[in-house]
Amino acid sequence: MDANRLVTMANQIAQFFASQGAGAEAAIADHIAKNWDPRMRAAILAHVAAGGAGLSDVAKTALGRLSA
Amino acid sequence: MSLVPETDFGTPASKSEKMVSLTIDGKRVSVPEGTSIMRAAMEIGTEIPKLCATDMLDAFGSCRMCLVEIEGRNGTPSSCTTPVHEGIVVHTQTERLKKLRRGVMELYISDHPLDCLTCAANGDCELQTQAGKVGLRDVRYGKTSEIETHLALAKDESNPYFTFDSSKCIVCSRCVRACAEVQGTFALTISGRGFESRVSPGMNETFLGSECVSCGACVQACPTATLSEKSLIAIGQPEHSVVTTCAYCGVGCTFKAEMRGEEVVRMVPWKDGEANRGHSCVKGRFAWGYATHRERITKPMIRAKITDPWREVTWREAIEHTASEFRRIQAKAGRRSIGGITSSRCTNEETFLVQKLIRAGFGNNNVDTCARVCHSPTGYGLKVAFGTSAGTQNFDSVEDSDVVVVIGANPTDGHPVFGSRLKKRLRQGAKLIVIDPRRIDLVKSPHVEAAHHLALRPGTNVAVLTSLAHVIVTEGLVDEAFVRERCDWEDFSHWAEFVADPRHAPEAVEAISGVPASEIRAAARLYATGGRGAIYYGLGVTEHSQGTTSVMAIANLAMATGNIGRPGVGVNPLRGQNNVQGSCDMGSFPHEFSGYRHVSDDATRSLFEELWGVSLDAEPGLRIPNMFDAAIEGSFLGLYVQGEDILQSDPNTKHVAAALSAMECVVVQDLFLNETANYAHVFLPGATFLEKDGTFTNAERRIQRVRKVMTPKSGKADWEITVDLARALGLEWAYAHPSEIMDEIARATPTFAGVSYARLERESLQWPVNAAHPEGSPIMHVEGFVRGTGKFMLTEYVATTEKVGPRFPLLLTTGRILSQYNVGAQTRRTDNVVWHAEDVLEIHPQDAEDRGIRDGDFVKVASRAGETALKAVITDRVAPGVVYTTFHHPATQANVVTTENSDWATNCPEYKVTAVQVSPSNGPTAWQEDYDRQARDARRIAAAE
Repeated sequence: MDANRLVTMANQIAQFFASQGAGAEAAIADHIAKNWDPRMRAAILAHVAAGGAGLSDVAKTALGRLSA
Repeated sequence: MSLVPETDFGTPASKSEKMVSLTIDGKRVSVPEGTSIMRAAMEIGTEIPKLCATDMLDAFGSCRMCLVEIEGRNGTPSSCTTPVHEGIVVHTQTERLKKLRRGVMELYISDHPLDCLTCAANGDCELQTQAGKVGLRDVRYGKTSEIETHLALAKDESNPYFTFDSSKCIVCSRCVRACAEVQGTFALTISGRGFESRVSPGMNETFLGSECVSCGACVQACPTATLSEKSLIAIGQPEHSVVTTCAYCGVGCTFKAEMRGEEVVRMVPWKDGEANRGHSCVKGRFAWGYATHRERITKPMIRAKITDPWREVTWREAIEHTASEFRRIQAKAGRRSIGGITSSRCTNEETFLVQKLIRAGFGNNNVDTCARVCHSPTGYGLKVAFGTSAGTQNFDSVEDSDVVVVIGANPTDGHPVFGSRLKKRLRQGAKLIVIDPRRIDLVKSPHVEAAHHLALRPGTNVAVLTSLAHVIVTEGLVDEAFVRERCDWEDFSHWAEFVADPRHAPEAVEAISGVPASEIRAAARLYATGGRGAIYYGLGVTEHSQGTTSVMAIANLAMATGNIGRPGVGVNPLRGQNNVQGSCDMGSFPHEFSGYRHVSDDATRSLFEELWGVSLDAEPGLRIPNMFDAAIEGSFLGLYVQGEDILQSDPNTKHVAAALSAMECVVVQDLFLNETANYAHVFLPGATFLEKDGTFTNAERRIQRVRKVMTPKSGKADWEITVDLARALGLEWAYAHPSEIMDEIARATPTFAGVSYARLERESLQWPVNAAHPEGSPIMHVEGFVRGTGKFMLTEYVATTEKVGPRFPLLLTTGRILSQYNVGAQTRRTDNVVWHAEDVLEIHPQDAEDRGIRDGDFVKVASRAGETALKAVITDRVAPGVVYTTFHHPATQANVVTTENSDWATNCPEYKVTAVQVSPSNGPTAWQEDYDRQARDARRIAAAE
């Protein structure tokens, strides 16, 4: 999957939940777990493992809670 | 079979709860106060002769046929204009009345051509019928010279669907009143006086040349053959009729399909239809000819490569080939390498089967639907706020609204029958707020004018909506009692603090949105304090990178002002396609089963596993744009597309084309070789709504029957094709009729638990229909929110990344037009092309002048995604800096310009904001010419051997 596209999507999701205040990281991880197909999750986790270029801090932290 | 009978009560029903008793021809009758004597008589089966009266219109009292006598009162009042009164004694048939009526009828007939035997209305003419009822036997008056009267006037045949024959006109004004009262267009008038009185479209123009929108209300109202459908003239009177539901927009109008054998004579809106209340638009009323269009594909076809010509095959070969290809791909690339797209134009039953095929047959959740590109943010946003992924009201609710907010929707074009009902309420005095970058017709049209038009810059919905909330909170306009009783107070307090921040003040938002602060403040005050406030919205809200946030912001406004849970208020998404609500309800999203239950929910999954006898995937599947990305990456290779044209409708056409080209087996099930079929390997010929049984669910959650009136051209309804495919894949499906599929839906879906064909034969039903709501739910959240307490969400404005700059200085926004529907596959194959033969680009005079563009010039529209060329229309309907087009024609392919930007929560594309440059052009772009050439090649069908 196109990592750039996934990074954009993850950052958008993170931006929304971060604006809601407390619990953002869990909400971001939950949203991605419930809406992304396993190959998308695997691809973004691989991207995180490779340094996570382009991901916002909150997105990167939230993705740390995610499993493929 | 016979014609579905409809009783004409002569005047509309009174809504009064106070009953009045009277005596008519010796019979006692009690009716609501305000009822006419004519209607009261009809309630007991006494049909008073009439010509100018019909119960779709207010009483007019011009024809003088419906005279009655009332004991103790002088004269012979018209029964249509005389309301009932307690204790009165009415006589409808006396010697005096008989003589008067015969005299009046004699005058009508003296000025009418007596060509009844060859008249199109023969057998269905009210004048003919009433002449018989009053016992007219002789006409003593000679005709005046035909040259001087309407009898010699030529027919107006300009409208493609109906004729106007002035010679048969009795000047009853029913057509004029229908245009005004029902449709609200005011295109017709009576010009002249006395014998010179004529029905006149506009300023003595032709129907086609006037403001007429061809809704058909005038034709329906006409008591003679003056206004007649051309199909009726060509075929003759129908011999039976069947009530069914329109397959165009999400209003869900019901029609009587009036038939002669298997040939449709005409589609007439059904008065008892609870969504349309007897009204129609040009699409549903007239644009059904595509069903028999010569370009219908009626035989299955396959080909090895998309560059090959199609080869017609048997159903068996097509189905076995498809199953074999899908299994081959899965064996090679894994279980999740294929998927499908359900159709929002097909029935609930068909949609349910496609998602079942994918979950149970393909073994994954790679199913999605066109709501992905329209109202998926509605589903997400309203579920979070209220607990239900649907609108809160029925369409009747608008009759009780005091203030109506229309955001990012153009009801008079996109949802015309609702648009007419809205305009009627506005004419009665309700106030209107329009929030839209474009000056849509509702902003100012005959007898309708918006109190406020917030012409915001595209992409700034969230800023403006949050600013409205700022005014409501900071000026103390919150309905605190409602919020305390119905909502989470802690969430509300957090939200109130958020919106009260000065960065959300109208004065700050003016710089972002371009909307004067004073207008935002005035609109907020009106919505919060003007009485019952309703919000109606469309794709101008959802098709943004913050589409879901906007939906949440709308929900916040409704909760904060207590505008939820009763008639006249609510949050009302105007759903696009006829069954897009239903397709979502039926489990078309890759993360949800029917009834919006997540695939990871063990209890729900177990229920379906037990019902279907297979184990199901607990992981969400791919959304449509994810499917495209996965195809290009190489992990998604097979797609079953039922009744959607994703190449034309989805954003960034080149990206979609690349994805489809990368797949090994694309199966298109459709009526025509649509644009997506250019990239397909299998074509399965589908059926129109006239060719099958089923149900559609409209934007007000109303489940209505679709009834078969003709044999499927291909031999199979769409659900039967899916059943065949499932069997070929090894599933043991044995449905004999769509009612059995609905029974399964009801067993598996709590909100549909009380739905069955037996009930739907008697009535339409609005879900939820279950033990808690046995009669259905016209209005939701009456006692409390489905999720418990209403949830306020914070709605921080985030500017889109799609920004104007030196290369692309204008913002393109897209939409629909009245006469065309979605990708135009149906309407382009009807005479509706008379009104919209091509997509055009609306551009402001200043922007046009800056570029040397004249009205009608070919212009090139370029974005970072691609470019296309089309003709320019110069208009101040769009603001400077904004251009607008529609996406109905593949020759233009507006979506070659739109980008892959999408909503944060749902991936709904950001169709409404694309930075573009517009420049003069000599004609179509090289891409358009290449595409046209490739499309023609792709549609070749090999000669039969």
